[in-house]
Amino acid sequence: MDPECSRLLPALCAVLADPRQPMTDDTCLEKLLDWFKTVTETESSLLLLQENPCLVELLSQALKFQDVSSRILSFSLRLAGIFAAQENCFQFLQQGELLLGLFGEAGPLGLPAWNVPSVRSGWIQGLCSLAKHPSAEQFLVDCGAVDTIFSLQGDSSLFVASAASQLLVQVLSLSIQGRATPHLGSSDGDWPSCAQSIVGYLEESLRSGATPQITQALKVLTTTFGRCHHSWTEALWMRLSPLVTCLLEKDTVPTAHSLADLFLSMARSPTFGSSDCDLWVTLAQTLSCLSPTQAGPLALGILKLHVCPQALKTQAFDVLLQPLACVLEAAAQVPGSSGLPDGTGSNPTMADALLASTSSCAALLCQSLAHLGELQALPHSPRPWPQVLLLEATVMTLRFCSGSAVPISSVGGRLCGILASCIRVQRAALDFLGMLSQGTGPQESVTQVFAILLEYLRSPESSPTVLKKAFQATLRWLLSMSKACGSNNPDPHTQPFLRELFPVMQKRLCNPCWEVRDSALEFLTHLTTHWGGQPDFRQALLASDVPELTQQLLQDPEAYVRASAVTAMGQLASQGLHATPSGPEHPGAKQKSLPQELLHILSLDSEGFPRRAVMQVFTQWLQDGHPAMAEDLEQFMARVFQVVSRDLDWEVRVQGLELARVFLAQTLGPPDCPYAVALPAATPPTSPAEVLRTLGRVQLLEFAFRALFDCDRPVAQKSCDLLLLLRARTAPGGGLQGAECNPEAVTVEAALRAWQAGEQGQPLGELVPEVVVAILRTLDLEGLQATLAESSDHVEQSPRSLLQDMLAAVGALGGHEADCY
Amino acid sequence: MKLYCLSGHPTLPCNILKFKSTTIMLDCGLDMTSTLNFLPLPLVQSPRLSNLPSWSLKDGNAYLDKELKECSGHVFVDSVPEFCLPETELIDMSTVDVILISNYHCMMALPYITEHTGFTGTVYATEPTLQIGRLLMEELVNFIERVPKAQSASLWKNKDVQRLLPSPLKDAVEVSTWRRCYSMQEVNSALSKIQLVGYSQKIELFGAVQVTPLSSGYALGSSNWVIQSHYEKVSYVSGSSLLTTHPQPMDQASLKNSDVLLLTGLTQIPTANPDGMVGEFCSNLALTVRNGGNVLVPCYPSGVIYDLLECLYQYIDSAGLSNVPFYFISPVANSSLEFSQIFAEWLCHNKQTKVYLPEPPFPHAELIQTNKLKHYPSIHGDFSNDFRQPCVVFTGHPSLRFGDVVHFLELWGKSSLNTVIFTEPDFSYLDALAPYQPLAMKCIYCPIDTRLNFIQVSKLLKEVQPLHVVCPEQYTQPPPTQSHRMDLMIDCQPPAMSYRRAEVLALPFKRRYEKIEIMPELADSLVPMEIKPGISLATVSAVLHTKDNKHVLQPPPRSTQPTSGKKRKRVSDDIPDCKVLKPLLSGSIPVEQFVQTLEKHGFSDIKVEDTAKGHIVLLQEAETLIQIEEDSTHIICDNDEMLRVRLRDLVLKFLQKF
Repeated sequence: MDPECSRLLPALCAVLADPRQPMTDDTCLEKLLDWFKTVTETESSLLLLQENPCLVELLSQALKFQDVSSRILSFSLRLAGIFAAQENCFQFLQQGELLLGLFGEAGPLGLPAWNVPSVRSGWIQGLCSLAKHPSAEQFLVDCGAVDTIFSLQGDSSLFVASAASQLLVQVLSLSIQGRATPHLGSSDGDWPSCAQSIVGYLEESLRSGATPQITQALKVLTTTFGRCHHSWTEALWMRLSPLVTCLLEKDTVPTAHSLADLFLSMARSPTFGSSDCDLWVTLAQTLSCLSPTQAGPLALGILKLHVCPQALKTQAFDVLLQPLACVLEAAAQVPGSSGLPDGTGSNPTMADALLASTSSCAALLCQSLAHLGELQALPHSPRPWPQVLLLEATVMTLRFCSGSAVPISSVGGRLCGILASCIRVQRAALDFLGMLSQGTGPQESVTQVFAILLEYLRSPESSPTVLKKAFQATLRWLLSMSKACGSNNPDPHTQPFLRELFPVMQKRLCNPCWEVRDSALEFLTHLTTHWGGQPDFRQALLASDVPELTQQLLQDPEAYVRASAVTAMGQLASQGLHATPSGPEHPGAKQKSLPQELLHILSLDSEGFPRRAVMQVFTQWLQDGHPAMAEDLEQFMARVFQVVSRDLDWEVRVQGLELARVFLAQTLGPPDCPYAVALPAATPPTSPAEVLRTLGRVQLLEFAFRALFDCDRPVAQKSCDLLLLLRARTAPGGGLQGAECNPEAVTVEAALRAWQAGEQGQPLGELVPEVVVAILRTLDLEGLQATLAESSDHVEQSPRSLLQDMLAAVGALGGHEADCY
Repeated sequence: MKLYCLSGHPTLPCNILKFKSTTIMLDCGLDMTSTLNFLPLPLVQSPRLSNLPSWSLKDGNAYLDKELKECSGHVFVDSVPEFCLPETELIDMSTVDVILISNYHCMMALPYITEHTGFTGTVYATEPTLQIGRLLMEELVNFIERVPKAQSASLWKNKDVQRLLPSPLKDAVEVSTWRRCYSMQEVNSALSKIQLVGYSQKIELFGAVQVTPLSSGYALGSSNWVIQSHYEKVSYVSGSSLLTTHPQPMDQASLKNSDVLLLTGLTQIPTANPDGMVGEFCSNLALTVRNGGNVLVPCYPSGVIYDLLECLYQYIDSAGLSNVPFYFISPVANSSLEFSQIFAEWLCHNKQTKVYLPEPPFPHAELIQTNKLKHYPSIHGDFSNDFRQPCVVFTGHPSLRFGDVVHFLELWGKSSLNTVIFTEPDFSYLDALAPYQPLAMKCIYCPIDTRLNFIQVSKLLKEVQPLHVVCPEQYTQPPPTQSHRMDLMIDCQPPAMSYRRAEVLALPFKRRYEKIEIMPELADSLVPMEIKPGISLATVSAVLHTKDNKHVLQPPPRSTQPTSGKKRKRVSDDIPDCKVLKPLLSGSIPVEQFVQTLEKHGFSDIKVEDTAKGHIVLLQEAETLIQIEEDSTHIICDNDEMLRVRLRDLVLKFLQKF
């Protein structure tokens, strides 16, 4: 332990033990416990206690329960547990009967403080830390803790109940693993007594018939099988399995979720996965007797298992497919023609669940769609994957939701009414439809997919969130189509679709709801990025009003929309698709060029998002060598750097530095690489002095130096990296001579020092190349970089600071030298 | 209790409720869809309309050619438009005591009912309903009267002729009862019969029932009505909305515990969500104007237009429409915009609070101030000087048969740059456009109907739990175009009773109780006796006095009072003589104890026989029979009065007297 901390510890312990100085900040105590835990991981707890007797005093103080606040009591219980985790320290604390006092029957159990959940939780967590060695097991038995743990299972605080259940598992495992018992049979005698009492308790709970008790017992078992993979867990299961499988025989299974969790936890355990126990049979039985909603998560879990019989996987997959099969069947003209596992016909409970109410129908369909989506993304998704039928079922679900399905059957009619304008299902189905784009489908299905997507994009009834999902799904399908056909071979669906799409986009860009305008712009950006080069796409886009509308949205009242419009315009302009500034229909209007308009946004927009977007666009343009930037680049850059250096948003300034970096890299030209198979350079490399003069002209240097002392760390870091790059390329060891004694350099240095001290008003002076080189050499950029690399709170997070803070909080440090971070 | 259904239009209802001794007309809607069969009335001479070819019968008979014209395959009556009135034959209108109006759209037939039918009752409506209703009527009269049409067609109405006409004229119902529009004088006379009421105000009708208007959330001053007596409650729900628009929110709680809930005026477009439609409206408007086209919005001068203007107020800047002029043309445009600002107490909470700032509750005031919205009484006059294109014009009438809208359709119909956007749900837009075909102008249909949809109805019914629901037959089955949508109908238990035009329904509940008041001095004299725990009885001798449907029990006049010889006997004093009444008896006779008592009193040889209704006690020696049944006891003995009285007194010992 840090000697400084050792020095502060007695004072802190005194403060903690003093009931007159209540510790109000719980987080400090938590941090303190974390620190002790770290310390005891590397150091001997015994030594620690011997060297710092104040700690033992603090713990003994906690035994005077009436004087101690519940916070400190809980803290002491947990702290004692941390120390007692080491066996020798445990013995040491036992000698003073301290542990028995804290955790035994004479402890807080009978006191009013026990009613405070944090005290009960502290008691459990203390024992959890402590129960690591055989002596601990005996201690637990001796102090009667096990019975208390049983009762805490049903605690009113869920945190306490859950922790109690974890502790029970730990004690059980400790008890059994402590003995070298060769074989555990079903008779009581084979089991260590402590384990026996726990198993007995579990048996009793499972038999009780009361749902809460059964659930608790199942949770304990789930945790046990999840954590311990020793052979004794199998013996435990052999003993308890009849009681558990009994639960499945009831008409309705009340603890379905817990049972599913238990079986899945077992199936994941290597102990059961490979053994010849009848786990797979039980799982199959469970799948068939749970209600459709309950069976869903279990089926998903089964399908995610690495080791599992194929038949079971098929059965589980059927469970997930069934709601969609029902939808298909309800929509089918001829019953039984769906091709998916029989839906309504063979499984009336499924139809009942679907048709019961909107909420149950939506819940079931959403669950099924989400699970199938999750499965599809897995590397070992179920085979054969019924892509076509899933496509059809999803499209049909969407048609039911939009009211465009015209079913014949009565079930279809009811489903139509239940699902009509159900936004939840629409979102889930569109998400899933998007995922299905990873596979292909026959022409007919793909046509259906694009038709339903267009219907949703077009419908005024689509809510903003649904529309966003529809945009996402459309993008995924367009991408997958173009991937499948290759870029030179236009896909038969895409072109007609795009022609229909742009009128819809026009309408969406004019929507009064800003979320709609925003997602339409985002979609447009993606579209342009991928297809901006295709002649058909360009033609369709330019024939529409979309570019003009996008430009108009640069003035949108909503900041998010302006930001998206900036990004979209940037992308359109990159591809040469933006509206020409002097359109014939607006001859009188004042027209600015797009770069000027974006610069205007950068200077005047009151919100950060559009300004950030502008900087990203400029960076992108510069990288791509966009023609809009090429003409009069230096003057334009100078304006940008001037504006951006005054920006109040640090992210905008960081973006500005990124732009500066790109500009610098382009000005410097490619670095000399000794191994490059260099073509003879078209233009001779620019001299360092010329580079620096250019940088000076565009105000980049002043911006970078100013940013170096920025109060926001990321800005300073970025600037530091930039200047390091500049120094490496322009002022390496030799080369251009610096002018250390130059009076101008002195002025600049003085100005920089003033800036560092926070006086940003001082002018920098003229930055001639010699002065810059001199400054770059003088500045300790590496040192600055190292300082900035440390997180800003590295000082404040040290244990010493923690102790000081805690002492300062109660005024024990004298004066008020508190670290006020 | 009976319901006379005079209108077949579910959103323009007209029903008469006979409840206790009152006859109450519920709403007075005018079905204007009949006007769709007529040619439009152009404000400016239209060569196209006047040169339409005549239509003649297949046999070449041309006697109808003055009356019927053909346009793009449809046949129209070339005459002053006529309206389909509510049934007036079903019930004598002079017997109607009151008319309750629920909103300004549902009172357009009022002059037809209150004038020339012998109606002498009162009409109840809220102030905004009266004022805006007046504006709607004024506009209608103005639209029709300013384009005088010499011709009034009637030949085609002949039943034998009508049969031969093409659809939809052939299928038009009750054409003989169709009437031309009323005059302003009739409007004024009808409206003078309206008595203003406020929400939750209780109005006594002849002491028999109490009627109360409740906020319905649909339009300014729109109301639902509760009609209740002491033991019965009928709720009349008409044109209600749960959406947050400009009016005060709907009062649902007061509809609870109704015996009958009469449900009319649900949304006409159950599949369209008003929010989505507003979005569609705005984006189509913006796109048209951007491309240099004009937008025409056929609308009523009040109602949804306030919400549309508010929505546009927020939208025009974002859509770059700040320089586009918005024109609102109606003879009552100015009054409508001004009225909306002064009915603060009838507005939703948000708008009410604005008044205290003080700010105008609707933002259209600012649109007018900044000259973005201009309003004119008609296209003549100032408008023609200010008119600038591209622009957006709001004007009536939504049927496209009369009003300034006719002119704009003729003017803009030929260019595909222009768009007509239908927002009012009352008329089928295809039928409305039929006499303008072929039309190059774009047509967008985004009906905005904020009235209750079926999901909201089913929630409402669950909430207010009426015993019986009565509704127009259209609501009891899915719409004909979407017959699979079982969700688009009223689903309740017991199933709703449906009505159709000209039907009389006996409402399924019987009145069982009537409230009677007891005068305090009479009540003082009563001596209740507890016959069971919680139940006390007392006999009352009194005079039942009934006046104005109120029943009062008054103490009987003292019978001993000698009538003064000199004074002439007044009729009211002539009350029947009150005999001294024997006490009433109650209780039951326990047979075994009765037999024991008989034995104690010296009767012997007693035999008891059980019968279906009770017992017979035989006193064989005395040859006497006592028949004890649940509600009677008979002593049958031969002429031995002494014995009978003895036995009677023994029986009476077991009974309570009061």
